[in-house]
Amino acid sequence: MPPEAQASAAAAMPALEVTDLDAHYGESQVLHGMSFSIDNCEVVTLLGRNGAGKSTALMALMGMTPPQRRGSVKLRGHELIDLPSHRIARLGLGYVPEERGIYASLTTEENLLLPPVVREGGMSVEEIYRIFPNLRERAASQGTKLSGGEQQMLAIGRILRTGAHTLLLDEPTEGLAPVIVQQIGAVINQLKSRGYTILLVEQNFQFAATVADRHYVVEDGRVVDEIPNDQLEANQSKLRDYLAM
Amino acid sequence: MLFELLGVPPQALFAQLLIGLVNGSFYAALSLGLAVIFGMLNIINFAHGALYMAGAFVAWMLLHHFGIPFWASLVLSPLIVAVFGMALERVLLSRLYHLDHIYGLLATFGLVLLIEGTFRQLYGVSGRGYPTPEVLKGGWNLGFMFLPNYRAFVLVAALAVCFGAWFFIERTRIGSYLRAGTENARLLQAFGVNVPRMMTLTFGLGVALAAFTGVLAAPIYQVHPLMGFNIIIIVFAVVVVGGMGSILGAIVTGLALGVAEGFTRVFYPEASATVIFVIMAVVLLIRPQGLFGRR
Repeated sequence: MPPEAQASAAAAMPALEVTDLDAHYGESQVLHGMSFSIDNCEVVTLLGRNGAGKSTALMALMGMTPPQRRGSVKLRGHELIDLPSHRIARLGLGYVPEERGIYASLTTEENLLLPPVVREGGMSVEEIYRIFPNLRERAASQGTKLSGGEQQMLAIGRILRTGAHTLLLDEPTEGLAPVIVQQIGAVINQLKSRGYTILLVEQNFQFAATVADRHYVVEDGRVVDEIPNDQLEANQSKLRDYLAM
Repeated sequence: MLFELLGVPPQALFAQLLIGLVNGSFYAALSLGLAVIFGMLNIINFAHGALYMAGAFVAWMLLHHFGIPFWASLVLSPLIVAVFGMALERVLLSRLYHLDHIYGLLATFGLVLLIEGTFRQLYGVSGRGYPTPEVLKGGWNLGFMFLPNYRAFVLVAALAVCFGAWFFIERTRIGSYLRAGTENARLLQAFGVNVPRMMTLTFGLGVALAAFTGVLAAPIYQVHPLMGFNIIIIVFAVVVVGGMGSILGAIVTGLALGVAEGFTRVFYPEASATVIFVIMAVVLLIRPQGLFGRR
């Protein structure tokens, strides 16, 4: 296939396609046949209660062990299920963990430069500093000395350098002040317009509504509903039930 | 004069200080390797002393069987022992990472018996001399003490390697992978770093450091199948005193305890074999995470 045809074929297939994904920690199974898919340049959320399996789903997509996993995960048509996580990352999947995963023994800049560049098209450090000016000022500080918001920016910033095209964000707004949440939302919208595909785990659906195209509702380790963002209003009461608010 | 007050001739004091520093630099290099291996692989490498001994023995074998001189052995022996170590890591240790520390400790203790047993079988228990390299024979009379050239060289070489390792780990890009892997290897791998390969190389690095120290030790002590067993117990005490968290801590603690041991040999020789363990006990009581440990 010529490169253009390859590119258009890649564009035609979903960015991420998850089918019958099971995941378990030892004896305890957390995901029970989870299935969903995301198109290129889409922002999609997994909404659900604490313990529904949202974070486990992201770790399972990323190939991190534990959990052990079964089923099928395809990134632009590449089957990932049997690959170790460093190979998965190198296919262009970027991960921002819950609790941000900032390394205490590294400075802010070392944290930023830590993930290796996996493919072309990543941002330069200069561009990342332009999006997150705070990080430039704190470049020499120990990573965990940053404020919660700055740490979240660092966690997002460091995977933008790598050239990953599909980003998994685990609760990027957790525990942050409303102003910072707004800022993170603006960054996600900016990334979307740059052509990134984003899967977002959220509990805060007010925030999710400001950035996402679609929402999947997760319960007991499976996807139980799908709600397009423009029908979120109409489904408010159903969603409140799902999230038990 | 001070020395008369202490009742000790200065020559004896400075000679023991030098021996203390030389031993201390060996402790530093070995405990540094142990700390790096434990941090990255989660394995308490009991075989570290046996690999130090293997480094000395390989140098002796290279000289004895192939006529390869000290300077070449200083590079070759660590390489050979590191390759052996990396094979061990791939075949054996890599299967133990997800288990409790005790399994790694027991497996590497088994390796000690195998490695030391093999050398005892082949070469017996009597030590073998290793000649001091020609250019480093003799020494300087400094007035207050006699400084053997070779010991001065060993001290400088061991410390240079220790600080080189510190610089590599704390100040370089590859070192930042090592620090990150020590903190959270699972996440590091999810960023695209080949963590299994990194673990193999880390073990190789720690083992090479031990073998290098062994080669340095060969002309000072005899090359002996049990030379590693004698030192590894002390090195474990050094690691406990220093704490696992810090590279610089391992270096400083190694040197300080070597000197403490040397001085004890001057003032109260009966306690010189136990002083490090007494210090260890006191540190465990007052600061269980070690002097430089993070918790």
